[in-house]
Amino acid sequence: MSTGTRMSQPTSGGAFPVQRIRDDFPVLNQRVNGQPLVYLDNASTAQKPRVVIDTLSRYYAEDNANIHRAIHTLAERATQAYERTRSKVREFINAADSREIIFVRGTTEGINLAAQSYARSVLTEGDEIIVSAMEHHSNIVPWQLVCQQVGARLRVIPVDDDGELLVDEYRRLLSERTKLVALAHVSNVLGTINPVKQMIEMAHSHGAPVLLDGAQAVPHLRVDVRDLDCDFYAFSSHKLYGPTGVGALYGKADLLEEMPPYQGGGEMIASVTFEKTQYNVLPYKFEAGTPNIAGVVGLGAAIDYVQQVGLSAAGGYEHELLDYATGVLAAIPGLQIIGTAREKASVISFVIDGIHAHDLGTILDQHGVAIRAGHHCAMPLMQRFGVPATARASFAFYNTREEVDALARAVDAAIEVFG
Amino acid sequence: MSELTELYQEVILDHNRRPRNFAKLESANRMAEGINPLCGDQVVVYLQLDGDRIVDMSFQGYGCAIAKASASLMTEQLKGKSRADADQLFAALHALLTGDPSVDLSEDGLGKLEVLAGVREFPIRVKCATLAWHAMRAALRQDRPQVSTE
Repeated sequence: MSTGTRMSQPTSGGAFPVQRIRDDFPVLNQRVNGQPLVYLDNASTAQKPRVVIDTLSRYYAEDNANIHRAIHTLAERATQAYERTRSKVREFINAADSREIIFVRGTTEGINLAAQSYARSVLTEGDEIIVSAMEHHSNIVPWQLVCQQVGARLRVIPVDDDGELLVDEYRRLLSERTKLVALAHVSNVLGTINPVKQMIEMAHSHGAPVLLDGAQAVPHLRVDVRDLDCDFYAFSSHKLYGPTGVGALYGKADLLEEMPPYQGGGEMIASVTFEKTQYNVLPYKFEAGTPNIAGVVGLGAAIDYVQQVGLSAAGGYEHELLDYATGVLAAIPGLQIIGTAREKASVISFVIDGIHAHDLGTILDQHGVAIRAGHHCAMPLMQRFGVPATARASFAFYNTREEVDALARAVDAAIEVFG
Repeated sequence: MSELTELYQEVILDHNRRPRNFAKLESANRMAEGINPLCGDQVVVYLQLDGDRIVDMSFQGYGCAIAKASASLMTEQLKGKSRADADQLFAALHALLTGDPSVDLSEDGLGKLEVLAGVREFPIRVKCATLAWHAMRAALRQDRPQVSTE
């Protein structure tokens, strides 16, 4: 067996204080099926540091009130905490103005908002929307819905065998018919970091705005929406160590100003009569109803935490982990890594001869190792690579080389079962 | 690890490696597809039905070892059986997989299907073990060309 050669150096001696960081995440300190938990499903959702959990609890215990409504003290505190997070998100992605940050339920809702409010009102029959072959279903289906509604057409940028987008093919797809480009910043299956800055420039030269699905990017990369010059950017809190059920959509103010509301209700209005309703100003025009206030406040705590860890130090550490894991997994006979792009985030999809990803997932779980097995909500990409499903290990800055070794040992055990 | 050994018994591994009746059935007069949208697994079940009797049966598709082995064992067990036999065997298998105590499994005729008992400890995998069976039932009813585990 190949396990004998895997003698990793303890990670604690390195520059990145991973052991101290692990102590911040209560969930990591447990055994699953009798083995220490090795959580490698971070691309699905990341675990939460204690400070995020405590922030949620403290918000409900001390400040809970509805926002932007009442005059009383609790409402004032809740509103301030909510709006402070808007400023933090603005700063985190370097948007020009907090009015450009709209709180939503997550990346999916952010994309649907842009699709139904922007694309549906701007596109007409014969127009085209370009996506890529590596999109998550949430960056495919909302655009298909718009295409059906307005008679537009979806075009798809192909990927090569390494999992890199074919930029020359993209160049050929761009035309005066292109009215929107929607791209994953980082692929949830392949880990590929797409050359989005260049691709945005190309779209803009044809007058087409670009939406980036940043769900997999914000936990790993420093995102600067003004440097990228993207028109929309959507991400989720829960992949960024924050609570579930909340996320943000960034949009350039001039586009957002022109867009009709996404949903009607309270908060999004300035005045209502039965004859005419005046919509509220940005960003409230897009935040109908009582939002996930606690979730937004928790997201603020998560952003503070990530800033404190330092995204560049964490990114560097994750990259070392990715390199190490890639080497260890690639050395296992019969294992094939799907996604070998030059620029990758810490996500590794793989298949093993004769073992279905689900069987692998079950066996790994018995060893305490949590991975994702399946099509990862990217069925067209699975078809592109000719596999029904893959196993996916995705790493966060609290993972260690020892955990990579535990993954490899569990994979060896699965291969032994299926021999 | 004993639960794993119980799940991946030699018979299951064997049927996964060398699934029986794993081909398109040219003489089929019934067929149905089963899909599991959660994992993308897909199976097509072919039946040659003569009146009330399943004369021949086969399957194609892709899935995990549990899904494939269960489909393969099903084709072995149901050849020559009646619709009522098929329904009864499905009910018995379902009881075996979910640990339903209300069904008496002592005289159920599960036979080789007993090897699927280990799935009971892995509730998330019950859908894998029943995928082909749902397709078989749809093919017998011939009311829907595609069934889903959801």
